[in-house]
Amino acid sequence: MKLGSVAREKTRSGFLAEVRRRSGTNPADCYQCGKCTAGCPLTFAGDLDPARVMRLVQLGQRDAVLQSRTIWLCASCETCTTRCPQEVDLASVMDALRIMAREAGLTQAAREVAIANAGLLGSVKSRGRVHEMMLVLQQNLRTLHLFRDAEKGPVLMLKGKMDPLGHKRGARDQVRRLFENVARMEAAERAASTTPRCACSDEGGEA
Amino acid sequence: MARVGVFICHCGENIARTVDCARVAEYAATLPGVAHAVDYRYMCSDPGQRLIETAIREHGLTGVVVASCSPHMHEVTFRRTVARAGLNPFLCEMANIREQCSWVHEDREAATAKACELVRLMVEKVKWNTALEPIHVPVTRKALVIGGGIAGIQAALDIANGGREVILVEKGPSIGGHMAQLSETFPTLDCSQCIMTPRMVEVKNHPNITLYTYAEVEKVDGYIGNFAVTIRKKARCVDEALCTGCGECQSKCPQGKLKTSVIPNEFDLGLSRRPAIYVPFPQAVPNVPVIDKEHCRYFQDGKCGVCQKVCPAKAVDFTQTDQVVTEQVGAIVVATGYDVMSSGEYGEYGGGRYPDVIDGLQFERLLSASGPTGGEVKRPSDGKVPETVVFIACAGSRDRSHGVPYCSKICCMYTAKHAMLYKHKVHHGQAYVFYMDIRAGGKNYDEFVRRAIEEEGAVYLRGRVSRLYQKDGQLIVKGADTLSGQPVEIAADLVVLATAIQARPGSDALAQMLKVPYDGYGFLSEAHPKLRPVETNSAGVYLAGACQAPKDIPETVAQASAAASKVLGLFSMEQMEREPTVSVVNERTCIGCFDCERVCPFGAIEHREIRDRRGNLLKVVSHVNEGVCAGCGACATTCRSGSIELRGYTDEQVFAQIAAVGV
Ligand SMILES: Cc1cc2nc3c(=O)[nH]c(=O)nc-3n(C[C@H](O)[C@H](O)[C@H](O)COP(=O)(O)OP(=O)(O)OC[C@H]3O[C@@H](n4cnc5c(N)ncnc54)[C@H](O)[C@@H]3O)c2cc1C
Ligand code: SF4
Ligand code: SF4
Repeated sequence: MKLGSVAREKTRSGFLAEVRRRSGTNPADCYQCGKCTAGCPLTFAGDLDPARVMRLVQLGQRDAVLQSRTIWLCASCETCTTRCPQEVDLASVMDALRIMAREAGLTQAAREVAIANAGLLGSVKSRGRVHEMMLVLQQNLRTLHLFRDAEKGPVLMLKGKMDPLGHKRGARDQVRRLFENVARMEAAERAASTTPRCACSDEGGEA
Repeated sequence: MARVGVFICHCGENIARTVDCARVAEYAATLPGVAHAVDYRYMCSDPGQRLIETAIREHGLTGVVVASCSPHMHEVTFRRTVARAGLNPFLCEMANIREQCSWVHEDREAATAKACELVRLMVEKVKWNTALEPIHVPVTRKALVIGGGIAGIQAALDIANGGREVILVEKGPSIGGHMAQLSETFPTLDCSQCIMTPRMVEVKNHPNITLYTYAEVEKVDGYIGNFAVTIRKKARCVDEALCTGCGECQSKCPQGKLKTSVIPNEFDLGLSRRPAIYVPFPQAVPNVPVIDKEHCRYFQDGKCGVCQKVCPAKAVDFTQTDQVVTEQVGAIVVATGYDVMSSGEYGEYGGGRYPDVIDGLQFERLLSASGPTGGEVKRPSDGKVPETVVFIACAGSRDRSHGVPYCSKICCMYTAKHAMLYKHKVHHGQAYVFYMDIRAGGKNYDEFVRRAIEEEGAVYLRGRVSRLYQKDGQLIVKGADTLSGQPVEIAADLVVLATAIQARPGSDALAQMLKVPYDGYGFLSEAHPKLRPVETNSAGVYLAGACQAPKDIPETVAQASAAASKVLGLFSMEQMEREPTVSVVNERTCIGCFDCERVCPFGAIEHREIRDRRGNLLKVVSHVNEGVCAGCGACATTCRSGSIELRGYTDEQVFAQIAAVGV
């Protein structure tokens, strides 16, 4: 971490304000007690612990945060959010950071997670419901682990959790409309974030 | 014909930077009735004040306007200045051209014009000012101290040693408060009870102190120098005059027989049981038992009465009733202390569910020779000596999600003390302390904490614990050490939570009774955070100890002595001088509607009967008690017949000011 960049107020507060706006919670409230880290079930696996993620956000370390594996490993269990004495909603921050990382194309650190994410959404978008079998096959093809978890397939099929033909189709039209709505909202959001705004006035995100 | 002098102050650069003071003086000199006008760099300085005095004499001034800072700062100064020159102090007024002008404006022209206007208004007012004489109110030179912790004890002793009478009212059966529960005290580790009990005994024996224990203040009437307080002495059911403190009753009470007893001992915070007739602790003052009627068999089903039978002094009296006494006092010291947040409020730390998760005060009892284990550290569940103890600081403090964003101030210190004392008692034991920051500001305080770490082997881990749970008779504590960036898991035998220091429940009701403001957490508010730390905004009521904010013993004692010195200062006079800017009622025009009584926030309005010579009642009119009136003017603006006037702010004065606006 280059400490010189910490001092540059504009970059620092710009990133902080963006995370604040998009997560609806203020990362500056974090006083680094570490309670989130202590409770996070995935601290052992990540490269940054949750409290460090918050610290780097405070210091405006955009690249370090968006390129970290931790934000992708986060299981959204919300233990951190529940326990934080400062009432920081860390799970939302993690969410916002994932979105920002995808927008910036910074998903290399957790390529497989990003692929899984994209595959899942693609499947839902086209069929209105996940096709588990296809999802797994695609994932294994794209990550070049052809037979990973193959032994689990029969068990899942026997229990009716996975169907080679795909489950009955979901409410495809409604789901498609959902995707369209989200796309529209994201476009509006992008338009709004390009217009300069005062960082202090956007508590809780867009009204 | 009025001869007003106007004195414009530069306040160094504070005013002169934005206001052209010389021009204001020139302008003032042209106003009708102004005989003299000058500007000067510092009007409040000695030469500045001399300037005013000389001008009053030389020009025969009949009124003075000082245009400078807020009257809050220097009204007293300038009133004294004009008094020295032989003018009545209430013929001096201040025009505030600093806070209300130079500090809030940037445009020099406009600010100068506004300063001229403010001066003109005050000149018009002062022409209508009349000489006023201070009011003298008699002072009852006897104090009431509420709360018998170390704060109340210290304040009572200081006032009593200063030669004045004191009434000390304590809610519990004995004085002593929390300090009596402590083991040894930081930063010197002297035994709490050893340093405390001599003072408790002194209170009991002091000829100037009347001690009411097991008593509460029910009502407070009156005002500074003249309060009337109603005190309820709850029935102990033991005659204090007859009881010899032999303890026979306690040992025979069937409710106290070890196995069957279910009554938690409050003094040991539930770590032991007590009988229904009891003295809270061996060194209690007074050493007279009370009967806890809720748990006494005699009061519950009319049976038993053993204590009465065994008492050799015939002191047990089931028929005793509450007594209500009224006392006249001149000043009140509030010293009602604090409470600790219950560890039950921390679900994720198992508080209230796991017997071996206790709070700091409970740990004090485990360390104390007079405690349930005789000073041996044994955990509550199975009496085992804990070999690993985890202390969790800030368990409740600095925690918005638990409604306590403030720092409780003393926990860092007592946690270090606990880690140290534990090591002194269990040599092979290991203490871990989870903390966020160490706050050890104070003489020898940081050295004390360092000693716990460097010499007594306590392992300090920087991080908040996330969760703890029971497993195989131990408590698994999951936390993190943010300094090494590692998650930490410790299997502990005992966990001690440094729970937050909170205001006592009911402190808000007490504050309302005394008309003392209090903050959002229930702590009583001082009149000024820096310059009037022991006074309150309710004249004659002072604060001491942890009822004002979390504090340790040295701070508590210092504040108690400070409150006592304020009381003694007040009692140094037989009569008290008050400002004469109070309301007066015109009894001829008052129609007795008493709207004024309804709006007066200070309860200063009284009813006065007007009778003819033969004693026939003609009418009842309003009368303002000058001792109570704070001069807020609410009554004057409410009175429909225009019968109330606030001295110093009469209709003539205010109308003259309004008429001068924008001329
Ligand atoms: C675990 C722990 C360890 C500590 N260790 C230390 C230490 O080592 N060194 C140190 O300097 N400080 C220590 N302290 C702090 C110390 O306890 C306080 O500074 C001190 O007790 C404050 O005294 P007080 O008289 O203001 O309040 P309290 O001790 O709370 O006394 C208040 C008294 O007022 C009475 N009262 C309450 N309401 C009423 C009412 N309405 N009418 C009449 N009476 C009333 C109460 O019954 C009580 O007797 C410790 C605190 C804790 C929690
Ligand atoms: S629990 Fe909250 S305050 Fe503590 S380190 Fe995590 S985000 Fe910061
Ligand atoms: S009468 Fe009540 S206090 Fe007395 S011994 Fe019996 S139970 Fe105990």
